[in-house]
Amino acid sequence: MSSRGSSSRITDEEINELVSKLQSLLPESRRRNIGRASASKLLKETCSYIKSLHRDVDDLSDRLSALMATMDANSPQADIIRSLLRS
Amino acid sequence: MKSSTRNPNPNPDTPRFGPSKLMVAFRFLRALTLVHRTAPNSSNAARSRRIQRAAFASMAYSAGPRRAWSRALLWRLHFHRARRLCAGRSRAAGVPRRPSTTRSPADELRRLVPGGTGMDYCSLLEETADYIRCLSEQVKLMQSVVDSGGPRGR
Repeated sequence: MSSRGSSSRITDEEINELVSKLQSLLPESRRRNIGRASASKLLKETCSYIKSLHRDVDDLSDRLSALMATMDANSPQADIIRSLLRS
Repeated sequence: MKSSTRNPNPNPDTPRFGPSKLMVAFRFLRALTLVHRTAPNSSNAARSRRIQRAAFASMAYSAGPRRAWSRALLWRLHFHRARRLCAGRSRAAGVPRRPSTTRSPADELRRLVPGGTGMDYCSLLEETADYIRCLSEQVKLMQSVVDSGGPRGR
């Protein structure tokens, strides 16, 4: 973490705020794992979370691709949007 | 009818400043339709890569140019697309996967968040928060498409 001079408008407080905002974005299970973490631990957990999200996108892309193989040409997209709105 | 002049976002669940879930869903489904229509006989792997690109593209387009991560993603997608068209090679333009060596956690994060390299710590935290929000929404969206039985609907 670079410490800036007094001319910087970014305070430690703001950084702490951003760090706790990040922490609140982690899923419950990960938050519990790190507890009252240091910023460093939180960043590591955030990296791990992002990697798992990327893996999820990979995995879901594979599954969608497989589903698409069985798809017919004129599929109703409206159904999907409707069900998404309901969820 | 609710007046939505102040809040262009009809979905109350999304954060104030963020792409509406519906908009992302619409873009993604449209991209899926395109993938199916233009390459119905391609291999699963190739189609999967296209879907993955569509996922990141719809995320990035919906977030627009207001975010460094979305700008970086859009640039990356266009760059790789140009390379593919010129070189005729097929490459996944998703997020590059590199093995993590001994780097500081902040630097590791910089490599994971698009546009992160060279970013100052504060901006990095902000961009990461927004990126995580949009990325997790994208995952939920894809999951619900899979759950609804896929693009073939009911």
